[in-house]
Formats: sequence, C-alpha cells, structure tokens
Amino acid sequence: MAQATSLAPGKSPLVEPAAQSRAPARRSGGLRNIGRTWPVLVLFLPPAILLFTLFVILPIGEAGWYSLFDWSGYGRPDEFIGLKNFELLWRSGAFRTALTNNGLIIVISLALQLPLALWLATLVSHRIPGATVFRLIFFLPYVLADVAAGLIWRFIYDGDYGLVASIASLLGFETPYVLADRTIAIYAVLAVIVWKYFGFHMMLFIAGLQSIDKSLYEAADIDGATGWQKFTNVTLPLLSPTIRLSVFFAVVGSLQLFDMIMPLTGGGPSNSTQTMVTFLYTYGITRMKVGFGSAIGVVLFVICVTLAFGYRRIFMKND
Amino acid sequence: MTDLAATSGRQPGYAESRRRPDFVTQLYIYGSLFIVAAIVLVPLLTTALGGLKTLGELRVNPFGLPTQWQWANYGDILFSSRYWRMLGNSFLIAGLTTALTLAVAAMAAFTLAHVRFFGAGFLMNYFLLGLMFPIATAILPLFIRIRDLGLLDSYMGVVLPQVAFGLGMAILLFRNFFRNVPKELFDAAFVDGSGYIRFFWYVTLPLSRPILATVAIVAFVNSWNNYIMPLIMLNSQDKYPWPLGIMVYQGEFSTDWQLVLAFITLTILPTVIVFFAAQKHIVSGLTAGAVKG
Repeated sequence: MAQATSLAPGKSPLVEPAAQSRAPARRSGGLRNIGRTWPVLVLFLPPAILLFTLFVILPIGEAGWYSLFDWSGYGRPDEFIGLKNFELLWRSGAFRTALTNNGLIIVISLALQLPLALWLATLVSHRIPGATVFRLIFFLPYVLADVAAGLIWRFIYDGDYGLVASIASLLGFETPYVLADRTIAIYAVLAVIVWKYFGFHMMLFIAGLQSIDKSLYEAADIDGATGWQKFTNVTLPLLSPTIRLSVFFAVVGSLQLFDMIMPLTGGGPSNSTQTMVTFLYTYGITRMKVGFGSAIGVVLFVICVTLAFGYRRIFMKND
Repeated sequence: MTDLAATSGRQPGYAESRRRPDFVTQLYIYGSLFIVAAIVLVPLLTTALGGLKTLGELRVNPFGLPTQWQWANYGDILFSSRYWRMLGNSFLIAGLTTALTLAVAAMAAFTLAHVRFFGAGFLMNYFLLGLMFPIATAILPLFIRIRDLGLLDSYMGVVLPQVAFGLGMAILLFRNFFRNVPKELFDAAFVDGSGYIRFFWYVTLPLSRPILATVAIVAFVNSWNNYIMPLIMLNSQDKYPWPLGIMVYQGEFSTDWQLVLAFITLTILPTVIVFFAAQKHIVSGLTAGAVKG
C-alpha cells in the first residue's frame, strides 16, 4: 500500500495497545498459573477503555467545561463568562429556527415517514413476484451517503437545470428556485429526508411483520375480520415494539442531521434550514468559537439524554 | 432477536399468511410500488444520465436519454488521479477504522461476556453511554484533543474518534453474540489447559464470523459515508475522503452540472455495486446494527 508510509507521522501511541496485545496473546495460554483472569483483563480491556474515554467521554465533559468560557481554542480557556454562551444561544434567532426545524423534522418523520414505511412494508410483504426487488430499491437511498443524496437533490431542485424546474415549466408554471426560497426550502429538505430514510424504517417493519404469528391472521379470517380490522387489531398491536424502535431511530437521526443539509442548502437561505448541528458548525466550528460551540453541543447532549431516558421510561417499560 | 436476514420469507409469518392477492389488489399493490420506486429511482437515473449530456442539453432535456452520449465526462474523471486518490483515502480510512473497531471491540466484549470481574456491569453501561448522543455534541473538544495530540490532518485523527464512537454499538453486538458460545466449549478448553486468550483466539473468533461480518459492515459503511469527522480533522485536499472531495469538486465546477453529476455517479457507484452484490449481508448488517441498539 502506497499510503501506508504516509501513515507513520500520524500514528499515535494510542493504537499500540491494540496492536501489541495480540502478540503476547498466544503465549499467555501456557502461563495460566499466574491466574486466568489477569492476562485477559490487562490486555483486552485497556484499549477500548482508553479510546472510549479519551475520544467520547472526556470530550463530553470538556464541552460542559468549555461552554462556560469565551475561548478561541488557543492557549488556555481563561475568560470565564458563566452561562453567557447559553444566554447568547437562547437569544439567537437562528438557533431557535434550528430548534424548530429539528422539531419539524421529527414531526414529519413520525407523521409521514413512518406510516409510509409501514404501508410499503405491508405491500412488499405480500406474496407477489418482484417483492424482493422493490425492497432493495426502497432501501437503496439509505445506503447512499447523505452527502451524495444531498448533492443529487440539489441538482433535482436546481432552478436552471433541475427536474423540478423542468416539470414546473412543462406544467406552465414559473420555474421555482426551491432551495433559494426561505419559506419553502425547509420543506424541500424534508422531502429529501423522507426519500432517504423511509427504506430503512420499511426494512425494520418488514422484519417486525415477519415475526407475527400467521395463525393470528387465520383466526381473524375465521372471525370474518376485514383487512383493515386485521391491520388495526392484529398487525398494529403486535408491531408496537418495532414501531417504538423505529420512532426512536427517527428521533435520534433527526436530532443529528447535518451531512445532508450541507450540500443542499448549507443552512441557508438566511438560516431558514439550519439544524442544531449545522448551526453548531456554522457559528461554532468555522469561527472557532469553542465556548459557544460547546454550549450548543451541551444543549444537544441534554436534549438527547432527556429524550433517551424519557423515552425509556414511557415506552420501553415492557421490553 | 428478530432475524432480519430472513426477509426472503424463510420464517412462517406475515408473508405466508395470505394467499396470492386477487387481481384488483395486485393492481393496487403494483401501482403503488411502481410509483414509489419511480420516485426513488428517477433522481438517481437522472443523475447518472445527466453525466452523459452536455450542459446545454441538460437544460432542455433533463429526463430523457442523451442525444449525444458524452462519455468524455466520465472518462476524464476516471482517468484523473483526483478521483482515485479520493476513493483510496476513503478506503484506507474505512479499512483502518474497521480493523481497529473489530480488534478493540471484540477483545473488550469477550472480556465483558466471559470474565467475571468487579465492575463488569458498570463498564458495560459505560460503553453503552456512547450510544446515547451523536458525535456532534463533543466535536469541538474532540477537535482540540486531536490537535493537542498532533493528529490533526492525519488519517489517524479521523480513524481514532470514529473507532471510539463505534465502540458502544460494536461491543454491544459482540457481547450479545459471545454470550451464546456454549459453556461446554469453555469448560473443555480449560481442562485442556488453555486460558481465556487462547480460547478467544482459537474458539470464539472462528465461531463468530457472522457477527464479525455485521460489525465490519456497520463500521465500514459508517466510515465510508462519514462527512463531519474528516471535515473537522483534515485540512489538506490530498487526504480528503470522497464525501469531502465531492463537495470540493461541486464547489469548483458548480455551474457545470454535467461534470458534477458524472462525479457524483462515479463516487456512489462503488456503494451501489457492493450493495447489490452483497445486499443480504448489508441489509441485515445495517438493520441489525440498528435493532440491537
């Protein structure tokens, strides 16, 4: 590999434990008299603990600490300003738009995307030729990177060359510049989100549907239940664990939406399509406002943790 | 666990619960499916075909086949070092991320699954914390940490945080699988005088191919598609993986949509090919990764 040489300067001491631990691994089998558990505890756990602590847990704690400072990232953080970053954040109109947009994305995911996914899951679960092909096609957008999907749709929405523009002119409308319009840009983004993610939820539902005992449907048939009655009385209740799971992923995914917004609108026009993470990127990272950016991270963290725990309390009791 | 790989209908269930639907129902089913499939595919096909047109034709004929097939759009990109370097970078970063995730997570999960020690339960919950929040929450302190370690603008500066953030899910998947390794095997190995580490290497890992594949797919795909981590950590364009490279390219040729479209098509092509070639593994891998969470 040609690139392997260029790795050398970037190699950190952190990787060593993982790489080294395998060499003594073979030998230590014979040394079991020293104690069976010690070698494995000493060799197998530290790499994971070290990596996870250093790059996941500590940064979260540091975000909380840095959020109390006005800091450009150089030197030490010494300009303590208390909760002023949070106050600034709260007063920022763009951040409130971002919060609203994140909320809107969650609402659309739950109210539009999940029913759509469930409907399609029931359709492709019928015994019909070609069902597998449709499943794969519907899952395809989920496999593509958000960035690629965003760029593709940036073209589709393009006012000069895009599909939406040519459809509009075919129908005799004025060509819209969808992504440049403050009022409709966010809806255009929402459409792409549904396009990208419904297939994932559909796959979850297909798996859920398959685990439903078919004799229940036969029993319902004998009772003379209609298709809709079977759906509401058998399918929906038995599918509820899957639905809760799907809701959870929709919410978590909505909160961290970033990759797709950047190629589509970059948060514009005039901040109308910001999400929390694009806001963090635009106002925290590109301007190296570490304190302010960390405050946004803390807010996002609190929202995620609150939702995760609240969700568990409310919905996951029986699981 | 619900076996998502069994979508082809090996399990008796919903699919078999119904006889083949009658004609009207079939019409409704196929009508709906074709409409949705068109909505999914038309943007993708337009992108691929758009890369074969001239800019002028793109404006008047965005839907149809090109009148003159501009293979040069694709050819120029395929013969540019830029395209290959970008994919190479992505491949290297994703490969390193996958290898490290497998090694580190499998070892930790093995210990958590089989060795009884003080604090094991606490440690498992500690790793599961990583599933609760997105990377973005701590991205600025992470940037500063990577900078202070001198890893900024290096592949490892992207790889290590990616591994760290993938650990929670990987350890969870591994531990659940490892716990099902029959106890008898373990006792037999101990009688033969082999310790935990030998057991891990010679028994657990060979038995765990399916879960190794699942975790590898999740790690590789996440890294391959990751945008925010390299965006923050890398500065020099010659180290950019494809999601960054494609954005740079779009910025350079923003008005030449035909080139951008060809570029997009060629960069998503590896994903699409691998997806259709290994669809069963990928679908079950990606959904299982999610379901277990």
